[in-house]
Amino acid sequence: MDTILKVENLSVLFRTYAGEVQAVRNISFEIEEGNVTAIVGESGCGKSVTSKSIMGLINKPGIVSKESKIFFQDENILEYTEKQWENYRGQGCSMVFQDALTALNPTMNIGKQITEKILVHKKVPKKEAWQEGIRMLELVGIPNAAMRMKQYPHEFSGGMRQRVMIAIALTLNPKLLIADEPTTALDVTIQADILEMMKDIQKTHGMTIILITHDLGIVANFAQNIIVMYAGKVVEKGSSEDIFYRPAHPYTEALLRAVPRLDVSEETLETIEGAPPNMAKPPIGCPFAARCKKKLPVCEQKFPEKAELTKGHEVCCWLQKGDR
Amino acid sequence: MMTGKDRYLLEVSGLKKYFEVGKKKTLKAVDEVSFYIRKGETLGVVGESGCGKTTCGRTCIGLYEKTDGQVLYRGEDVHQMKGEKRRQFTKQAQIIFQDPYASLDPKMKVSEIIAEGIRAHELAGSEAEIKKRVEELLVTVGLDGSYGTRYVHEFSGGQRQRIGIARALAVEPEFIVCDEPISALDVSIQAQIVNLLEKLKKEKGLTYMFIAHDLSMVKHISDRVMVMYLGKIMEITTSENLYNKPEHPYTKALLSAIPIPDPHVEEKKVRIRMAGEIPSPFNPPSGCRFQNRCPYAVEKCRMEEPALTQIEEEHFAACHRCGEF
Repeated sequence: MDTILKVENLSVLFRTYAGEVQAVRNISFEIEEGNVTAIVGESGCGKSVTSKSIMGLINKPGIVSKESKIFFQDENILEYTEKQWENYRGQGCSMVFQDALTALNPTMNIGKQITEKILVHKKVPKKEAWQEGIRMLELVGIPNAAMRMKQYPHEFSGGMRQRVMIAIALTLNPKLLIADEPTTALDVTIQADILEMMKDIQKTHGMTIILITHDLGIVANFAQNIIVMYAGKVVEKGSSEDIFYRPAHPYTEALLRAVPRLDVSEETLETIEGAPPNMAKPPIGCPFAARCKKKLPVCEQKFPEKAELTKGHEVCCWLQKGDR
Repeated sequence: MMTGKDRYLLEVSGLKKYFEVGKKKTLKAVDEVSFYIRKGETLGVVGESGCGKTTCGRTCIGLYEKTDGQVLYRGEDVHQMKGEKRRQFTKQAQIIFQDPYASLDPKMKVSEIIAEGIRAHELAGSEAEIKKRVEELLVTVGLDGSYGTRYVHEFSGGQRQRIGIARALAVEPEFIVCDEPISALDVSIQAQIVNLLEKLKKEKGLTYMFIAHDLSMVKHISDRVMVMYLGKIMEITTSENLYNKPEHPYTKALLSAIPIPDPHVEEKKVRIRMAGEIPSPFNPPSGCRFQNRCPYAVEKCRMEEPALTQIEEEHFAACHRCGEF
């Protein structure tokens, strides 16, 4: 399978009054074309900052380090001119934001917000753009699309708003779609509907999706590949099978066990004690060491090198270094 | 087993809570709800947003005036209590709020937030005693005793929720309404808070009403679960029954929508789809409220509202077609 996106040594830091916050620290990964890759982690692990870097949306006080490279179809997008960026955003890569209510403009009707994008990128008459907008709303399963085009965001429910967001992201048929926690604010039933709809569109259009989430549950039947992030680092990555059935990093294991399951009864939940480290002063060694139950003396002194367990299944953990 | 009325800590019958919104518009948030909570048990309350679960919890402890019906706490009508009795009730029943960012005063020190209830109920004789009590409470919820001098903004979401729990525990309540205490938190922190709540329940013999939309967490913590939809109870039964043999189509649909973190199980899962979205509570459908989204609805469902009927021991559901599938 071809690689559509390749991230190399990406580091992002934010200069704040509290010091330099190192949100993403030297991460590298590849995204296969036509697949769904999930980036999983807790708040503050750097998953949203990673996706914003891919979209070129890191603004002051954020800085993408000079060593960072992001290749989209073999072009380093970090060297793009503003004009190239504009082309890339929308046609190359598009993003669905977490909170649809704040991402949509309350003073513009939905139709205007969809057609705006079409009119900026393509030289087509307004009428044609409007028709395209209706087609997009129908694609994401919004009934009475023609009537809904004239309505404002407040007239839509949370789930419908998120569908509108997805419709906007899908216009112009981008090659890569980044969905940043697309269902976090929604009810489980609506969440299931939206995920199903995204899955269908992904299959029929052969789109590449990066799904950013903290919920391993929604990843299970959606993503082929999973990247687990912790404290600005990629700690493990592999196929969905690898991560769910053969997790190698203690953090991944703990994360899987901390979620109660409907189909299994457990007495007490296993917890991950403590909290993630302060990213203004990240620990020198493995960032998870302070919360890890299998900690070795070396863990706090040096960040573990990447180890490849099987093809495509990589982990950064000293435990895997020793016995393999 | 205890007999008669005194085995229920909280008994709710025909409770209604309507809100007047704008001109001649009534929002029926809770509409004729009856249930009970036994002493020492945890009742989970689940449903989609807007189903009335939070309103129900708040009305039960008298934070809202009721519109009709009755809430009995140890046999006493919560909404009729006055003076000293009412004061005593606020000591016995407490609430942990959903949003730990909005429910704690940013201008108060943590120690003041926690001590407020202790002072109001005169549970400590001197300032030194209050200070000692606050420190103990902070340690009980897993925080450092010295954190009392800090302000709320200095804490993370999980820590704030612990402060909220310490605040509720300060007056030594016996009944706590937990209103989505974990939905604003990260997965790894959620488990910490749930384990803390379970530990406190065991140690202090507490009774919980646990409101949440996360069914997997509710299953874990509750003895019995109540499923609400548009202000009505759809099904109420033990946690085991609800997950193993749900009766109401809405419960089934809710359960099948929950993602399971296991690709092989997920693949085989059959989803029961509901048509559309939750209707506006201003204008609920006729007959059974779930009728227009129910995949099994028949003519009778549109005409007649089903009553909550007993199916077996500890298992009630409001559906005309119970037992047919």
